[in-house]
Amino acid sequence: MKTGTMNKNPLLKAFLLPGLPHLVLAADQNPGWKKIKACFSEVRKSIDLLNPDVLLVYSTYWPSILGHQVLTRPLSEWTHVDDQFHALGSIPYKIKGDELLGSLIVQKSKERGLYAKTVNYQGFPIDTGSVVVHELVNASAKRPMVVVSSNIYADRAETIVFGKAAVDALKEQGKTAVAIIVSSLSNRLHSEVVAPADDHIHSQKDHEWNLKFLEFLKEGRLEDVSQLSRQFHREARVHKVANFKPFWWLSAVMGQNNLYAGEILGYEPVCGTGAAVVGLTPAHKAAKDLEFDENDPDRYGGERNVIGGDEEEDAGSDAAFMSEEEVFGKAP
Amino acid sequence: MAKGKIVAGCLAPHPPHLVYAENPAQNEPRSEGGWESLRWAYERLRKSLSQIDYDVLVVHSPHWRTQVGTHFLGVEKFKSISVDPVFPHLFRYHYDLTVDVELSRAIHDKAQSQGMTTQMMTNPDFRVDYGTIVACHLTNPSWDKPIVAISSNGAARYYNMDVLQAMMFDLGRATREAIEESGKRAVLLSSNSLSHRHFVTEPDLPEDMSHEHINNHNQYLWDMKVIELLRAGKTKEFSSMMSDFTEQATAETESGSLSWLLSALDFPDYGAELHGYGTVIGTGNAVMEWRPS
Repeated sequence: MKTGTMNKNPLLKAFLLPGLPHLVLAADQNPGWKKIKACFSEVRKSIDLLNPDVLLVYSTYWPSILGHQVLTRPLSEWTHVDDQFHALGSIPYKIKGDELLGSLIVQKSKERGLYAKTVNYQGFPIDTGSVVVHELVNASAKRPMVVVSSNIYADRAETIVFGKAAVDALKEQGKTAVAIIVSSLSNRLHSEVVAPADDHIHSQKDHEWNLKFLEFLKEGRLEDVSQLSRQFHREARVHKVANFKPFWWLSAVMGQNNLYAGEILGYEPVCGTGAAVVGLTPAHKAAKDLEFDENDPDRYGGERNVIGGDEEEDAGSDAAFMSEEEVFGKAP
Repeated sequence: MAKGKIVAGCLAPHPPHLVYAENPAQNEPRSEGGWESLRWAYERLRKSLSQIDYDVLVVHSPHWRTQVGTHFLGVEKFKSISVDPVFPHLFRYHYDLTVDVELSRAIHDKAQSQGMTTQMMTNPDFRVDYGTIVACHLTNPSWDKPIVAISSNGAARYYNMDVLQAMMFDLGRATREAIEESGKRAVLLSSNSLSHRHFVTEPDLPEDMSHEHINNHNQYLWDMKVIELLRAGKTKEFSSMMSDFTEQATAETESGSLSWLLSALDFPDYGAELHGYGTVIGTGNAVMEWRPS
């Protein structure tokens, strides 16, 4: 842990990760599931390279009603069985938490006008998505994981403020984090028995929306994706909650812009849902021509060069950010 | 073997607050009481059920949600702690229960033979959902009867309430037929609230009843309409408006539990006994009982 407060965004990188238990318990039953599981290995390596103090996880598999909940238990230990996919087996886990950080996220949320609660109870039912992600990227409990819930009634403002509260807490404690949202893209599970070998995205429409989102994410357009959340909810999500929120939270945590190098590590169907593994690394070179990348100027400061790229200028000077080449590899 | 029978069907909502308020030994948190109107309603239900002989409780729960068909508990013994994911400060309940696996499998097989998608849950590490546990505890706190626990299907969200209700009508009929063939006497529990919009905050003292009331007047009106219909034995009329009720009152009938129960009872045209009505964190809850002749 670093000492003192920090001014820069403490988020080193972000990931979108799927959370169905097949990835832990049955990946060998389908080549696509196996590919996605292998992508988690890449995620784990990337996290190890960055060596954050904590993993900050927003799980769409953890619905809350009384505001937001934050897992603060120092060590959560249980054997998890999924309500639906119990036949796949059990997942024993030991999840290390960060009580101080989790508690401060709750405090900062309250200071920002939200209702939030800590969760520190033996046997609390940690959701399938968080358990799956933990087992695939942090199984040895190498670093603490602070899991936060997804409030079913919350909309954009509440979710964004909740994300900002997490950043407040990280900054105050001088900690770095990798942010993870646990969510599928399209979330329509098969409603009949489908053999693993026959798995497919539930509908062509879901697939096309997934591809559109992935196109944006590959370009690093996190804020664009965030802004399209309501549309995506209408088009490609089962309406179990008020809205599709994870990208609102993630964008708030990461800085509400399109300044990322996007990396699509994998995209496959898992039980009909769109399971994508996506990395977003802060970068200087933003996607171009995006209205909400524009400043809210109070004083003219010169041309922003939004039309054309000046490679020297775009290369930037802050070594904390990875270049596109580092992320995507050298162009052929 | 004598023909089995559904000897009672109950609307048995599962707010964990009611268990919390009773301070049973199994629940870790302690309270100063609260929600008495509903707890007294359950007291009346228990008294009523104590007058009949039955072998098993069959419960359909909104909080065991499955997407592929309907699932049934298929392990004889479960012993663990149930922690409510939304109200963990109120409900951390140590349960030790017995499942009537024979009847569970019989209903499963009957439903499957009639074309429904079903699955037995045989993983011994499985944690029984709190919708099942709360309804069963409040109905039979001694846990001296085995249970059959049935999952709820998410079809109302995936498709619509009419699709789910059609499925639940089939499941209810299959449940009745399997019970009749089993020779057992069963009490059925529909473990759900009526209107179900929660408040999103709670008072510092959760059992401070000065804060408890229905979330909105629309919910109250719908709840009263439903209770009136059920007391009058107009279950088919109610079923025909189930979709509207579910949508407009954000009702927990979205789980299909009550549709299943009414079908299992073959849509009674006799009135249900209302043991009581009350709100819990804004939701509307009625404890009701049908007693087939």
